[in-house]
Amino acid sequence: MPALPYVANAVISGTLTGIVYGLMALGLSAIFGVVRQVNFAHGELMTLAMYGAVGAFQGLALDPFLTMIAAAMVFGVFGYVLQRAFLNRFIHRPEHLRMLLMIALAIIIGNGLLLAFGPDARSVQTSYQLDSFELGPLLVDKVRVYAAIAAVVATALLAAFFRLTLTGKAIRACADNPIGARVAGLPVAHLYAVTFGLGAASVAVAGCAMVQLIDVTPGLGPGYTLLAFVIVIVGGLGSMVGALLGGLAIGVSEALAGLLITPSAKSMVSFGLLVVLLLVRPQGLMGPGRR
Amino acid sequence: MTSDRPAGAGDRRRLALITVVTVAVALLTLPLVGSSYLVSVATLALYLAYVGQAWNVMMGFAGQLSLGHSLYVGLGAYVAAGIFVHFGVGPWAGLWLAVAICSAVGAFIGLLAFRLRISGVQLSLLTVAFAELARIGFDHLDWFGGPGGLFLRVGDRNHIDLLGFRGPPAMYYYAMLALAAGALGVCALLLRRRPGYYWRAIREDEVAAQALGIDTFRWKMLAVVLSSAMTAIAGVFFAFYNNSLFPEQIFGFGRSIEIILGPVIGGLGTLFGPIVGAVALVLLGDGTTEILAKAGVDLPGARQVVHGLVLLLVTIYLPNGLWPPLARALGFQPRRL
Repeated sequence: MPALPYVANAVISGTLTGIVYGLMALGLSAIFGVVRQVNFAHGELMTLAMYGAVGAFQGLALDPFLTMIAAAMVFGVFGYVLQRAFLNRFIHRPEHLRMLLMIALAIIIGNGLLLAFGPDARSVQTSYQLDSFELGPLLVDKVRVYAAIAAVVATALLAAFFRLTLTGKAIRACADNPIGARVAGLPVAHLYAVTFGLGAASVAVAGCAMVQLIDVTPGLGPGYTLLAFVIVIVGGLGSMVGALLGGLAIGVSEALAGLLITPSAKSMVSFGLLVVLLLVRPQGLMGPGRR
Repeated sequence: MTSDRPAGAGDRRRLALITVVTVAVALLTLPLVGSSYLVSVATLALYLAYVGQAWNVMMGFAGQLSLGHSLYVGLGAYVAAGIFVHFGVGPWAGLWLAVAICSAVGAFIGLLAFRLRISGVQLSLLTVAFAELARIGFDHLDWFGGPGGLFLRVGDRNHIDLLGFRGPPAMYYYAMLALAAGALGVCALLLRRRPGYYWRAIREDEVAAQALGIDTFRWKMLAVVLSSAMTAIAGVFFAFYNNSLFPEQIFGFGRSIEIILGPVIGGLGTLFGPIVGAVALVLLGDGTTEILAKAGVDLPGARQVVHGLVLLLVTIYLPNGLWPPLARALGFQPRRL
């Protein structure tokens, strides 16, 4: 058993990473909850954003935290157009066909990145990369804190949008009852597209935050898609609060598993958690009663 | 009087017969006339056709979407390879053990999922989770070589040793051909019998099937166990054909996707879909790699991008797959079984 400060450090760094995970999963959760689209290209979208951040840093010397804002806008528009012009046409197809459509997109994006950038890992080296805050015996990486703050801000903006704006309320109405929303005259196709745009924007922000924490390779996508699914299922499909709690749960348990067992067992814990949760409480921590 | 009716039944049957004979002759003589490259590509196509057929039993027939079938390939391969490397037990005994273990694991996952009424996305993710657990687990099992890989001693390539499953590439080709043909036969038989009808009833509407008195749990279990057992055989083949196993490679999510591409592109739930899809994938994928290699460029990922594009186009324009229209063109009775 490692000394207490190590455990505390792991919990803190896991919490901070977990907040970024939560934002990433939030995008997936919103898309699933509203559009009923299982976004199998989620991790690939994040990888795309990470490459964008690396490119902006190397080409334009832009800090990833600044790229974040531009990336959110670009991915928002991209997501909107993708849903509006393409995915909306398949809304009434069987679920597995819609999943396969996203898997096809994921394969194309992931391997397109491999074609474009090669298999080597890339990273962003900011001047404050290795700095950390010291709080007594605790050492907290600066980038991790900044990444978590950015994720919190993005999450708060997203929550405010869904709670306070008319469009946000309409989207929630759509999620509750798509047919009723249509009957009430809501522009469902537009709202679906807005939701996908927001989901893509959140994953872009999460990607720009993640690029500071890990190196990016083209093959990162599937792992993070699965991680986002684990988080969303642990939290409860379609629940925003659940996605955040799930992100924290996974972030902390990964960090603790890395410390107490072995670093490579990290994802074993999250998948183990997924299996246990699916079996014990398939609707997730915050999910509604069994559908 | 068939001559003035171009699409007459007699003409169709003759065309179908010609197709069958041509394909059979081509398949049987391929190693005699083809280059070693062609044989290896054809072996890959047959391998994908076989695992696709096995996966299709679960998804295409019974409607249960598994996105983690690499679990059974990997488990089958590691079990047979493990006892071969450590105890010198040959592939034929290993085959039984692999099939037994994979069936048991399939039954376990099915039991958990179906007893707790997990379906749809959750079921798919449960299968992915188990495959990922196996991938990470085998990374930590030193007995199986861990992340460094498990290697099988390569025998004499010029001497056919059926007992040890060692020999020239053509032997592996014929073994895979026999497996693919066997799987096709088993599936054709099952579809014409009770399981086939019950599975399809469950696939189309599980509640209705239950209301008709079908024990849906039992038949879904049969689909999962049969599918995992068939996939295990592919794993044993893979181990002795490839001679090296790495957890990252064999259990990866990409591998599970590769398994489902063939049947989806060829036609879900059809008998010939997995075969047509596998051939199309290998032709297009390796064709692209070949053309690029001729042009002097080696682009990792190009092959997969082609696979992704094919999957995208097929899901958009041919949601029932390539096989139904192809079947009509070749004179077969098109029907989605």
